[in-house]
Amino acid sequence: MIRLDDTSGSAVAAAIASERHRQGSPTTGMVLTMLILTDEEHQADATAAAVTAARQHPMRIVTLIPRPGKGEPRLDAEIAVGGDDGPGEVAVLRLRGALSEHANSVAIPLLLSDTPVVAYWPAEAPECPAEDLIGRHAQRRITDCSTALDPLAELARRRHGYRPGDTDLSWTRITPWRSLIASLFDQTIAEVESVSISAESLNASAELLRTWLANGLSTKVEVIETPGLGISAVQMLSTQGDISIRRPDGSTAQLHVPGSAESQVALPRRDLAELLAEELRRLDPDEVYAATLMGTGS
Amino acid sequence: MNLADGHYNETDHLAPLNPLRDPRDQRLPRIAGPSALILFGVTGDLSRKKVMPAIYDLANRGLLPPGFALVGFARRDWADQDFAEIVHDSVREHCRTPFREDTWRQLASGIRFVAGDLADAAAYESLKRTVAELDETRGTQGNHAFYLSIPPGMFPTVLEHLKSSGLAESGSPNSWRRVVIEKPFGRDLASAQKLNRLVDAVFPPGSVFRIDHYLGKETVQNILAVRFANMMFEPLWNANYVRNVQITMAEDIGIGGRAGYYDGIGAMRDVIQNHLLQLLALTAMEEPISFSADDVRAEKVKVLSAVTRPTSVEKHASRGQYAAGWQGGIPVKGFLEEDGISPHSRTETFAAIRLDVATRRWAGVPFYLRAGKRLGRRVTEVAIVFKNAPHLPFDSSSVQELSNNAFVFRIQPDEGITVRFGSKVPNTSSLQVRDVNMDFQYGDSFVDTSPEAYERLILDVLLGDPPLFPRHEEVELGWKILDPILDRWEEEGSPEQYASGGWGPPSAYEMIERDGNTWRRP
Repeated sequence: MIRLDDTSGSAVAAAIASERHRQGSPTTGMVLTMLILTDEEHQADATAAAVTAARQHPMRIVTLIPRPGKGEPRLDAEIAVGGDDGPGEVAVLRLRGALSEHANSVAIPLLLSDTPVVAYWPAEAPECPAEDLIGRHAQRRITDCSTALDPLAELARRRHGYRPGDTDLSWTRITPWRSLIASLFDQTIAEVESVSISAESLNASAELLRTWLANGLSTKVEVIETPGLGISAVQMLSTQGDISIRRPDGSTAQLHVPGSAESQVALPRRDLAELLAEELRRLDPDEVYAATLMGTGS
Repeated sequence: MNLADGHYNETDHLAPLNPLRDPRDQRLPRIAGPSALILFGVTGDLSRKKVMPAIYDLANRGLLPPGFALVGFARRDWADQDFAEIVHDSVREHCRTPFREDTWRQLASGIRFVAGDLADAAAYESLKRTVAELDETRGTQGNHAFYLSIPPGMFPTVLEHLKSSGLAESGSPNSWRRVVIEKPFGRDLASAQKLNRLVDAVFPPGSVFRIDHYLGKETVQNILAVRFANMMFEPLWNANYVRNVQITMAEDIGIGGRAGYYDGIGAMRDVIQNHLLQLLALTAMEEPISFSADDVRAEKVKVLSAVTRPTSVEKHASRGQYAAGWQGGIPVKGFLEEDGISPHSRTETFAAIRLDVATRRWAGVPFYLRAGKRLGRRVTEVAIVFKNAPHLPFDSSSVQELSNNAFVFRIQPDEGITVRFGSKVPNTSSLQVRDVNMDFQYGDSFVDTSPEAYERLILDVLLGDPPLFPRHEEVELGWKILDPILDRWEEEGSPEQYASGGWGPPSAYEMIERDGNTWRRP
């Protein structure tokens, strides 16, 4: 790791390039730049998750930590390139004083040429990410409602500020649920009369799953508050009998489908790195998320 | 362009029925429906090293249905647990994704074994009971894929029994039967046609999946992506600019323990007839109107039909056998000294041929195909070698180090693309030009995301997705191209010996130099 105190965005970019050359490997394989906007509390976890995701999507990670205060504006940087942590490049930047309002100016020289930019807010996010100073550089903007005090209120903010290219990790979290449930409808086309989702209170993922199922199955879906880890069960009343998926422990689910014996399905809760890796697989607007988000809260 | 778009067309019959599948939904993977895979030939190398690990990896990626079942069928005195133990060991040793106990338990609960002789009708009755039991308890809903990983000599027997026992018939429009067969698809045109008739008599053509694992490789599918998704390459992809095309599949190993399979087959039948001709077809074909199975096959069949053989086999083909020698610092046996090989065997372990493609696009461009064992290193690539620039405004001494431009698909290992062109040498008094390489490495831009070819292909079998499987027309065209050369070789004496660890016999070099070309060292 290299420390640069009282430096500038261009100096950081130059330091990364020279470190690359010293190691003998050019940056041509990098597929994107990820800008992480965060406070000190969340920076370590978010950066570490991005570094792990960079094993699948080699990228430059720029973590921007505003430190507003009365002192002189000043930029301090820590840089790590390649090595055992994976193929990516990481710059953790602390923006002090008035500079904390101008993260934009620091980020621009650090964007890789002609490759996509992804912005990620692990905790607090702007009202409209696409219009944010940093967000406007990004074609994909990732937020995470689950870290808010009231995730459902936060989800409503995401809905009001939505622009194509936004996604939220509470949507990413339900991909395994959605793919399991969708696969049940590949064969037996049962008429579903009602659906209930059991989830812990104020769970944004459950609200998105509820809306997605209600849209797809054109039926009433309710969320039942249940203590446990995230979403713990989905039950569907159908004309062919009851379908149920129960995941009490957050890792393996019991699947019950009419006409078959009960079976076990691996349905593990995934860590932040896996969620980010899924987000980065496609960088075009997620239209199904948009349609689902617009239906939430109703 | 997206190869997956082609698949959407293929599965359209499912799409409108499932209200939760939105074609715009990029996150939901295609998961196989309830089904059972019945594996014939459970102890073979291929089953243990490729098929079983691929099934586990698919389960681990969440792409197999909860009720998936794997049935082993062989003449062994095993119980279900013994077979599960075999699968477990092979998975532990060869799986690509991390070994997870809960994935394994889920998979293991659907593993069954049926003991019996492949020729014994009673054994098929007991197999029938087992799959019926799985349909009941495991919910496989009558969907059965038979994976025949057995010597071609056993095919007639097994197919006959699958038919007479009724196992091959689903008896319901809502369930399916499929059969998977591995190469070799015959040893000449006549035997390939016979095999096709045999299979067609039991299974309808759409239910027959011939595995050419090369087509499951991401780098092979990438040939179509690079050619048809970009502007910058296709204008050069013709006889105006291309001097020759070299398709190489080199192995550094000998025949190892496969003497029984390899003797009498040889490099031409083993890999050129299938893998290399498929690579030729993908490299030379015209743009298909879509990436559906039928449209891609139409273009492949067209280009393979246009392939012409050399008039003189002596001048434009070469074959050899590896001799004892040293390879990478290790002393190795010659082919004729390998265990299980007759000292008089005339099977070739190296083959090279020149083919032409009689179309407006390719007239006059030789396609050189070569494949061999115990060569310099393990590598498969397709190299497009361009013509010289018509005029070079440089001193002749300045461009001495400049050779032909080349575009190379590196199929394996070290997957990627190389572009080779001339560039100015810095710091020289005159303008000097030398060859440089520009590299795209799969591993740099897409790390960890390439599944094994067998994962992709087995999933496609379970989904009923045919684009990546050669149909019998392609197989038969391959034999039509190669049979006369093989016949000619049959009449001649023994293949030429070549030194292990090099790039084949002298005749291979003479053959290409006759045309004024040289082999690229891969």
